[in-house]
Formats: sequence, C-alpha cells, structure tokens
Amino acid sequence: MGEMIKMVVVLTILSSLSGGVLAYVKENTKEQIEMQVLQLVKGPAIKSIFKDATNDPVADRFSIEENGTQHDFFVAKIDGKTMVAFETAGKGYGGDVGLVVGIDTTEDKVYGVGVTTHSETAGLGSKAKDDPKFAAQFAGVDIKGPIEVGNPINALSGATITSDAVCSAAAEAGEIYARLKPQIEEQLQAFK
Amino acid sequence: MAKSITHEFVKGLWEEVPPFRLVLGLCPTLGVTTKMQFGIGMGLATTFVLVCANILVSMLRKAVPPKVRIACFIIIIATFVTLVELLMQAFAYPLFLQLGIFIPLIVVNCIVLGRAEAFASKNGLFLSIADGLGIGIGFTLSLAALGALREILGAGTITLWEGIELVNLTSIFPGFQPFQFMVQAPGAFICLGIMLCGMNMVGNR
Repeated sequence: MGEMIKMVVVLTILSSLSGGVLAYVKENTKEQIEMQVLQLVKGPAIKSIFKDATNDPVADRFSIEENGTQHDFFVAKIDGKTMVAFETAGKGYGGDVGLVVGIDTTEDKVYGVGVTTHSETAGLGSKAKDDPKFAAQFAGVDIKGPIEVGNPINALSGATITSDAVCSAAAEAGEIYARLKPQIEEQLQAFK
Repeated sequence: MAKSITHEFVKGLWEEVPPFRLVLGLCPTLGVTTKMQFGIGMGLATTFVLVCANILVSMLRKAVPPKVRIACFIIIIATFVTLVELLMQAFAYPLFLQLGIFIPLIVVNCIVLGRAEAFASKNGLFLSIADGLGIGIGFTLSLAALGALREILGAGTITLWEGIELVNLTSIFPGFQPFQFMVQAPGAFICLGIMLCGMNMVGNR
C-alpha cells in the first residue's frame, strides 16, 4: 500500500511541476513566437505581394472573428487603392500549403499571392513558392472565381497536387472574402 | 569496470556513437539530414534534452519508485522537449520551420529514453552529465556528417548555419548538376548504409 501511495505521489508531483514550468515558459514566449511567425512566415509573403505599398502592410492589420476562427487581415495602400491580404491553406502533396492572398478591394480582383509554409517536394512542388511565374498568374484574376487548375491557372509541371492546393487556397480566400466583405469594409474605414 | 567521467564522455563520440554504433534514433537521423545545418540543429536540440533529462533522472533515481520509472522518465523528457520546442519557436524560428515535426518527436527518440533507463537511472550526477554530453555530441556530429555528405551530393553545397556556406560546388564547377536523389528519403538510407559500412571497416581493423 505504501509503495502505491509513493508512486501516486511521485507521479503527481512530477507532472504538476512539469505543467507549471511549461505553462510559465509558454506564457513568456507567446509574444515572441507571434512576432516571429509574423515576421518570418507571413511577413515576407505579404511584402512580396505588396512591394509597392506606401504603408507597412505587416504593421497595419486587423482581425475578424468568424465562428470561432480568427482571420488576420493585412492592409496595404497602393496608388490610392486599398488592398487586404490574408492567409488560407490548401491540401498539398506533403501537407498544408499556406497561401497569402492579396485582394484589391475596389475591383474585387486578386492583386497577388505568395506561398508561406509548405512541405512539398524540393524542385517540383516547391516551385509554387520559388517560381515567381506561377504566382504571377494569379494577379488580376476575379476573386469570385473560378480559380482552378486549367481555368485560368496553368499547373506547375510535375506538381499537379501542389498547383491544386494553391488554387483551392485562393478559391477559399475568395469565399472568405465574399462572406466577410461587409465587415472588412467597415474595418478598412479606420485605415483610410 | 572502473568508470571515469572522461571514459563516459568519450565513448559517445566513437565507441557508442548513437546512429552508427547503437543504430538508435534513426528517425531524425534519416529525416532531417537533407542539409548539414539541419543535422546540427537537430543534434543540438537532442543534446540539450539528453543532458537535462540525464541530470534530472540521475538526481531523482532514488526517489522514483521502480514500477513507474518509465512513466517518470517520459514526463521529464517530454517537459524538456516541449521547452526546446517553445524556445526554438521564440528564438530560432527558421530552424523550427525546417525541423518541424521532428522536434516534438525527440520525445520518442530512443536515444534519450535509452540513456535515461540504461545509464542515468543507475549512475551519479556527474557521470550522467558526461554520458549525456558525449552521446549528444556524438549524435550531433553523426547528423552533421550525414547531412554534409547528402548536401554536397544532392545540392552541391555544405551549409554550416543559416547563411554560412562552407562549400559551394556550383561556383567551383559551373557545370555541376545536383544529384537530387541524395536529398530525398531513399538517399538517406543509402548514405547511412555507406557510412555505417565505412565505420565498420575502420573499426574492424
């Protein structure tokens, strides 16, 4: 019986200590981690889409909550037009392919896209991120769709699944944009 | 056998170097070594967990009831792994992105649990630290060597750390064509096999 109690006590103390330490570290690294994600994952993609922006799109952002999921929107101003960008994801060959989609809010057209995170095959699917020609095809496409492989986007050769993933992420961005448009416009007032 | 701290430290570097001699911890060994820098990063993260886990396991070895020792070891190891994951996200995010799932998988790395069970739970604090450091550094060096071999063949470069390229074959031989097979999964097995074979040939002499 004594041994039993000892086992319970030791395991309980150990687990509580472990939980405590981890909670403390998590709480203290939270901000730093968010900053890193913003700067190193979404930041470069957003900046490459909005390279002509007159403001800092990474700093000017707002979020809208929809059914428990939070969407972060990044605002850019180019030639007097207001653009928003946000991230969606599509199912690729090696997991989710993250895509930042920049949308011209005056014309409801895609301004540009950029792949953020992916684990696609090097040299084939990874071209979705590395080959600017592929991403360039999205510029000017109507956000209401259709956005799919073959119409109007040409697939990357050898990477059909990845191309599908990027297109479905862009199409999903269109759906989210259509759903949230009133809220987005309301929030954008603050940046005008 | 008389045990000295130096002996416990040095054995991890050659005699019991994990991936080649013990053939343990193959999941990260094969998975992350597409570039030398990933091998080094993975090795250092594992070394940190290994040393910390060895310290705690060794200190607690008299307090932990034998029947639940494995559960206790896993709690200790998992705590340190999560710690590494959080710290890496906060301070070395590019590396975290590349290593991805392999960081949380250090929890089930049999080297770490193996050293806790086979060594730290039976030996004193200083011996355990030496053992953890030796095995960890041996693991790091093995991963770095495998990573360097695969990277030079598969991509024509050797990257020591983010942005620091030691060798770049394409600039020396402009016509160099990378042997991409080497940076894909099957190339890892073949490289590991060749290196194991080489080490056995040297060792058997």
